[in-house]
Amino acid sequence: MAWVWFHRFGSPPHFYRVAGRLTPWFAWPAALLCLGGLIGGLVLAPPDYQQGDGFRIIYVHAPAAWLSLMVYVVMASSAAVGLIWRMTVAHAVAASCAAIGASFTAVALATGMLWGRPMWGTYWEWDPRLTSELLLLFLYLGYMGLRNSIDDIGRADRASAVLAIVGVVNVPIIHYSVTWWNSLHQAPSVMKFGRPTMPAAMLVPLLLMLAGFTAYFVALLLLRSRGELLRRERNARWIAEALAATATG
Amino acid sequence: MLRFLAMGGYARYVWPCYVLTAAVVGLNVHWARSALRAAQAEARRRLASLKAAS
Repeated sequence: MAWVWFHRFGSPPHFYRVAGRLTPWFAWPAALLCLGGLIGGLVLAPPDYQQGDGFRIIYVHAPAAWLSLMVYVVMASSAAVGLIWRMTVAHAVAASCAAIGASFTAVALATGMLWGRPMWGTYWEWDPRLTSELLLLFLYLGYMGLRNSIDDIGRADRASAVLAIVGVVNVPIIHYSVTWWNSLHQAPSVMKFGRPTMPAAMLVPLLLMLAGFTAYFVALLLLRSRGELLRRERNARWIAEALAATATG
Repeated sequence: MLRFLAMGGYARYVWPCYVLTAAVVGLNVHWARSALRAAQAEARRRLASLKAAS
């Protein structure tokens, strides 16, 4: 059953159609979850006993950092699927992830710097967490640069897939950097074994923002992948039917 | 309201984070929609030229 689903989703016309239908089902919940998270985080959550209202940066910094890692895992997994099964849809999904991941890695770094200045007294420190996150940004940029430097799309897919798969080793390094080494960055407060260390009034808005950003990413990825698929499958017969359906629907 | 905007003295750090994140969220949506529309327009042009040629 799972294999039937896998193969059907791997068919470009099926993916294009289903992705178009699914997008609003992720976009609207994303907007509502983020709205709830923003009200909870900016208005309802009490100030932190140490960081005061400065801690409210967490409601954009943590979701951006979460996306920077999750998008990379999705990109590397899709690239691996594309490489192993030679699946156009998987390569299109991987290629669509890169710009999203790079932009949210940049947001995670920038918001982290703005949070670091009042709390640590510096915008930047060559700390394990910050340095490995910066390396992640370079991996995304390297992936995009490699794709752009190769004209043949098949070769670009294969070469960039290898880079994405090798680079995935950086993801656990980023996550565990704060526990493996001495770091200025605080230890995980949500994604850890046992109970989270935040009170519910602070934690619930953060969970809403994390869920909202995840749903937003799925909607965005579906949207980008459809465009990427149209660009790649320019000579395919299914495009005429898909465009006719778009025009009427 | 002014107290809320002041963010306990951290306004110059908190609000730029929110503005930057909102801008990147919005820009990503704009880029994705523009890319899809451009790909659809290009595909329509190709189909029209193929139809005209045949």
